[in-house]
Amino acid sequence: MPIELYRIDDRLIHGQVIVGWGQPMDLGFVVLVDDEVAGSEWERELYLMGVPPEVALYFASVDDAVAHLAEWRADPRHGILVTGDVETMRRLTERTPAIREVNVGGIHHRPGRTERLRYLFLSPEEEQALRAMEARGITVTVRDVPSARAMRLGELAGARSA
Amino acid sequence: MSETVRPPTPGPKAIVLAHGTVAEALVAAVDLITGRGDRFSPLSNQNLGAAQIDALLRERIDALGARVIFTDLPAGSCNFAACRVLKDRPDLIVVTGVNLPALLQYATRDGVSDAEAIAAAVERGGSALRVLTGRPRAN
Repeated sequence: MPIELYRIDDRLIHGQVIVGWGQPMDLGFVVLVDDEVAGSEWERELYLMGVPPEVALYFASVDDAVAHLAEWRADPRHGILVTGDVETMRRLTERTPAIREVNVGGIHHRPGRTERLRYLFLSPEEEQALRAMEARGITVTVRDVPSARAMRLGELAGARSA
Repeated sequence: MSETVRPPTPGPKAIVLAHGTVAEALVAAVDLITGRGDRFSPLSNQNLGAAQIDALLRERIDALGARVIFTDLPAGSCNFAACRVLKDRPDLIVVTGVNLPALLQYATRDGVSDAEAIAAAVERGGSALRVLTGRPRAN
């Protein structure tokens, strides 16, 4: 079973990921791709402490993820790969053509971002990067939890054409 | 007509940081049952990113002088935020997996240290989760 969800979420690992998405799919592992977290022993221990014991957690920089993605995709368990921002997912997808779908989960308010949904705020650069993924044939959908309807970028409030 | 008498609130409030409206509802329930909801300050992570939760929590801790934080979900953003604050402020105590029995116990333990009140709350909250089966006994 390949990794079933490639998600952008600025909370990284949290309730929606572990419980909302993870429980229905019988989650076996999570790959957290974040250069900063991968380089911080304290951050790694923090996430390991919170994740249920039946869920394996792997930390990776973008370089590590590129190197190990095929291995994780061959894992028989159900998996989720999560990045904390659009830029990390952009770098990852540009180097790993195997990723064909990207789920945009929570990206919250920050100066320079515009609200598109209650859980989604995007800067012009982030929106452009997501549209560039679509232009490369990646299916980009916006959905916080599995029970919500998956939206395409073009459906977002105030969305501009590329 | 009886006069409502509330016991004085000892020490700083504890913060309850949880998903959606959970914290507010738990604190309201504590107040309804014991009249001691004012021992807690509820916070929600709703529609907030990790950095915003962190900032909100630090602001509330400073405002209250809080020493105890209850969070709901071990793998949740509330708990990770609390643990990040704990890194800088090791005098804080973070308790995760909070439920109503735990808060009730904490709210009603008078004259004991934070550590003792928390130990009692953890014991009560943990043991309250149980499966009840079979037919009720007749008196």
